[in-house]
Amino acid sequence: MANYIRPIELPDALAALAERKFFVLAGATDFYPAQVGRVTDHDILDLGGVEALAGIERQGDYWRIGAMATWRDLVDADLPPCFAGLKQAARQVGGPQIQNTATIAGNLCNASPAADGVPPLLCLAAEIEFQDQAGVHVLPLSEFILGNRRTALRPDQVLTAILVPTLLEQGRAGFAKLGARSSLVISIVMVAGLLQLDEQGRVANANLAVGACSEVAQRLALLEAELIGQSDLSSVVRPEHFSHLSPLDDHRGTAAYRLDAAATITKRLLQDLSS
Amino acid sequence: MTRDKVDLSFFLNGQRREVKLDPMLRLSETLREEFGFTGVKVGCDAGDCGACTVLLDGRQVCACLVPTARINDSSVVTAEGMAGNGFLSRVQHAFLRHAAVQCGACIPGMLAAATDIAASQHHPTREAVMHGLGGVLCRCTGYQNIVAAIMDAGQDPSPIEMPDGPAIGVSLPRTDAIDKLTGAANFGADAMPENTLWLRAVRSPHAAARFTIGKLDDLYVQHPGLHKILTAADIPGNKCFGIYPDLKDQPVFAIDQIRYPGEAVLALVGERDALAAISDDDLPIVYEPLDRIVGMADARIKGARQLHAASPGNLLIEAALRKGEGAVENHPHTATGRWTTGFVEHAYLEPEAGFAQRVDDRLHIYVTTQTPYMDRDEVALIMGLEPEQVRIIPAVCGGGFGGKLDQSVQPMLALAAWTLADLDRPVACVYSRPESMAASTKRHPAQIDARFACDAEGRLQAMEMTADFDTGAYASWGPTVAGRVPVHGSGPYHLPNAHIQARAYYSNNPPSGAFRGFGVPQIALAHEALMDDLAEQVNMDPLEFRLKNALRAGDHTATGQLLTASAGLDQCLQALRPHWHAALEAVAKHNEQNTILRRGVGLGCMWYGCGNTGMSNPSQVRVTLSADGRIILYNGAVDIGQGSFTIMRQICADGLGLPVAMIDQVTGDTDLTPDAGKTSASRQTYVTGKATELAALDLRQQILRLANADEHAVISISDGIVRIGETAVALSRLAADEDGVVLCGEGTFDPPATALDENGQGEPYGTYAFAAQMAMVEVDVELGTTKVTRIVAAHDVGKAINPAQVEGQIQGGIAQGLGLALMEEYLPGRTENLHDYLIPTVGDMPPIEVILVEDPDPNGPQGAKGVGEPGLVPTAPAILAAIKSATGVRVHQVPATPDRLRAAILNQRDLGRQT
Ligand SMILES: Cc1cc2nc3c(=O)[nH]c(=O)nc-3n(C[C@H](O)[C@H](O)[C@H](O)COP(=O)(O)OP(=O)(O)OC[C@H]3O[C@@H](n4cnc5c(N)ncnc54)[C@H](O)[C@@H]3O)c2cc1C
Ligand code: FES
Ligand code: FES
Repeated sequence: MANYIRPIELPDALAALAERKFFVLAGATDFYPAQVGRVTDHDILDLGGVEALAGIERQGDYWRIGAMATWRDLVDADLPPCFAGLKQAARQVGGPQIQNTATIAGNLCNASPAADGVPPLLCLAAEIEFQDQAGVHVLPLSEFILGNRRTALRPDQVLTAILVPTLLEQGRAGFAKLGARSSLVISIVMVAGLLQLDEQGRVANANLAVGACSEVAQRLALLEAELIGQSDLSSVVRPEHFSHLSPLDDHRGTAAYRLDAAATITKRLLQDLSS
Repeated sequence: MTRDKVDLSFFLNGQRREVKLDPMLRLSETLREEFGFTGVKVGCDAGDCGACTVLLDGRQVCACLVPTARINDSSVVTAEGMAGNGFLSRVQHAFLRHAAVQCGACIPGMLAAATDIAASQHHPTREAVMHGLGGVLCRCTGYQNIVAAIMDAGQDPSPIEMPDGPAIGVSLPRTDAIDKLTGAANFGADAMPENTLWLRAVRSPHAAARFTIGKLDDLYVQHPGLHKILTAADIPGNKCFGIYPDLKDQPVFAIDQIRYPGEAVLALVGERDALAAISDDDLPIVYEPLDRIVGMADARIKGARQLHAASPGNLLIEAALRKGEGAVENHPHTATGRWTTGFVEHAYLEPEAGFAQRVDDRLHIYVTTQTPYMDRDEVALIMGLEPEQVRIIPAVCGGGFGGKLDQSVQPMLALAAWTLADLDRPVACVYSRPESMAASTKRHPAQIDARFACDAEGRLQAMEMTADFDTGAYASWGPTVAGRVPVHGSGPYHLPNAHIQARAYYSNNPPSGAFRGFGVPQIALAHEALMDDLAEQVNMDPLEFRLKNALRAGDHTATGQLLTASAGLDQCLQALRPHWHAALEAVAKHNEQNTILRRGVGLGCMWYGCGNTGMSNPSQVRVTLSADGRIILYNGAVDIGQGSFTIMRQICADGLGLPVAMIDQVTGDTDLTPDAGKTSASRQTYVTGKATELAALDLRQQILRLANADEHAVISISDGIVRIGETAVALSRLAADEDGVVLCGEGTFDPPATALDENGQGEPYGTYAFAAQMAMVEVDVELGTTKVTRIVAAHDVGKAINPAQVEGQIQGGIAQGLGLALMEEYLPGRTENLHDYLIPTVGDMPPIEVILVEDPDPNGPQGAKGVGEPGLVPTAPAILAAIKSATGVRVHQVPATPDRLRAAILNQRDLGRQT
């Protein structure tokens, strides 16, 4: 007989995980689709009852997105401009039903190369807070996701919050997703951006990230550096800025197409954000 | 595997419940199985289709993704809980008013999403509705009426009146709409008996293999709840089935050889939990993979492995048409091209499902199907029984589109129920979505080479076409496609010379079967593009070019058939003309200013023969009058969402001259209704409709004779008395049979058609539907993405018996045509789910304007012809023409996915630079 536990307090969850392996369940939208036609015989630790993981709020120098916050919670939350990109991503994850139940944290833990949450959160320089019985740990998102469906999380650890530094709060942010249909679609390419402009409208700081073009979404470091001090942004973009990406060739799009589209979308996003 | 149940307390459809439930069971399963709310549909179990959408604390969620434990302290509402005190909710009523329901499989989910939208906004904007519905798929309606209904849901429901006078031409609500809106309608998986056994097929992961099955005895010991493992050896009659009597080549269970990925090898029958505990890997099946025949190119290679002993060169069938001796070369203008298409999946929202029960020496099978009589006869052959020993009871059918014309669960269930007779329990089976997609038939991939020629004035003179089709592992409806293609290859145009060849090849792919249009949508891509090319060469407007060449009454078709009436392409094109001119102007104006977002407009035309090709396909209908004054229509035309239950009632009422509300109906049960053939080939309104009209007229005649009244006499029936003009007759005075029937009208109609000769000449259909559509698109040339922004569809339907339903058929066909053009391609083994196989969502559909042209057919009921398939045929050609108009790029392969279109655009630029 498989187990099911639904702790109310986080320490109880951590204690259970220290003892044995559980499948940690958040919104379950990645869990159930993997079980079609199968018996779900996992031992389940349901995070749904842990109050401490809910909500989105400002705490000191960080915005704290609780591990059980859904995409819908994010859309509904009153947040500073830098979250505009993440909100745009949220409105395009699956359909409304998915947005009503799926968590942002689950999107990161699931670590799909096409996870729409990753590029905007990379741009926001998000950090991941996770806990085990030994205590609280924090890693930058870029070090948390290690590869396709691989994260730094051990089976005895729980992601507790996504932390977004308030430093970039007033930046201009955006997100663009390319899919083969209008909703319920996995991205062929997606790009997120966060710009700080000076008084003259020149770039003071640029964070850009591309998803679905490599095992893990990547920042565009070279382009970000070249954008500093510029005001006509779209003309800066060159194919070399994307040469560190290694997109897949699959039924959603060829590798060449993905690179080509990534450059186009990046250009447009920069144009939007700087106008 | 089960879990300890947990105590949960919640409100379900307004009732407080405190129950112990399995915390991790999908909420969809809990609602269906613990509480009997089968209005919660399961289309995928993966969040991809939205059919299971319910309201959780007022918000739409996919019940298949919600652990049951999550409903604690919450409120859940399903379609069953929306109506109150016998009244539909505002949203439900709006769906009824707007004819938003077709097959109904998506409707409970749509209603949940709609209620969520309507709760936050009294008069939601179009954008809000589109966003709110983005997570529920509908395969039938093209979303048009659903969106309109939700935008109108703030209105007070007004009662819907049934007409006292003529019912034909009135947009009556569907007879089954209320059941479908309240979750009461029982689809294939919704009426499983309590004590049923379950069946699960075990399918091959290989496309091509030899295999052996080892000793199975141990499995019975390990799994006491496993009662039987069925293999080909258990089948008492025909081990293979197939549409054509001489082509029964598809085994119920593979025999020695696997020919496609997903082919059934054996089936497990037993208690549900026991089956769940057996993994496919536990079975001693040893596969020895063979070289796979990947497609037509492989199949045709000299020396290619032959898949069927009877088919050298892997050629299933070849059909040709030859009219006139004139060749394409002899004319001043010629246009040529090759088009290729892939597999397309039907993606009906309801996967295959049903149950069978042995009743003495008979079998009763309750199943989702388009063709109860063919099912009956096929099962009888497989079981070695007489057809009368098999009873097919069609479930409410959650979409078919041709995919439920072949056997799915029927033979396996029949065999299980028969073999395990001593257990005296029904046997049930429900396909999972991946199983449905892997096992079922597909649209034939095609490779079409075509050339058309015209004279200097733009008059078509000659055409040639070679169309090759991948029929997959088994024949299925391949011969039907090969039969239809030569007839329709000329397009809806007059051609003095036509040479057409169609061939179908076997491969190690899923069997290609029937899919809305039987090959005609594929070849329409070719003839329509070539019309545009020729129009350009002779410097004519593409619409005027088509008008000049349109088949009209008085013309002979390419099969030599004289069209005597009801050929309305001319009127369709005329109706489009103002829209076309306005669109051309708008597009040109936009494109002057825009180099990246380019707009375009294109046309597509089609014709489509209603009914079987050059073959008898009769329908029989019976209408009775009982001693208590009841009129009962015995209607065997299965309603798969297209509306035949409503339409036959309307035709019957007008034939009798009685109000439609008086017509009761007994539908599609092979024991109760006469054979009305299959629901396919756009034949039910035309063929069964005519039979209904004849049956109603027959009964009317008999009633009139009671008073020797003339045919214009007014009839009415009430309180057991029939009044004919001034005369009143008490029905109790007439002799009644054991069922209480005093008079019985019968009607049979077989459309006039003759077999085609070796040159494809003859009169293959009794009538043809015609249509012209216009599509507008916006193409992002940098990304290769296409957004269809508007469709205007003009269809000659002879007579619209129920205009709202006709429009619904056309809108739904257009959605499938859009999918074919832009996004749908089934890759065996890779896209066996609705996550990777994409069909249009609400946001992909443009506004559609339908123009009904009524050029009556002299044989059809009140002039009506079919419309089931025609909606789809012109859409993809029109979209591709619009892409050409926007970008200058002619797309030769569908779907025109963003990467393909972008590559074609870049390629054209390179060519441009070189010249
Ligand atoms: C129809 C459909 C459409 C979708 N569309 C999109 C899309 O457009 N874009 C996109 O990016 N994604 C999409 N997804 C994927 C999915 O919805 C997201 O990845 C979602 O955000 C996952 O969150 P969840 O809460 O449902 O995760 P769950 O399914 O509950 O968990 C996912 C994984 O994360 C782990 N996990 C979750 N939370 C924690 C935690 N706090 N600590 C430790 N481990 C944890 C789980 O153990 C599991 O391995 C779609 C899914 C479906 C079914
Ligand atoms: S069954 Fe739940 S989304 Fe398809
Ligand atoms: S009515 Fe929507 S799927 Fe059939």
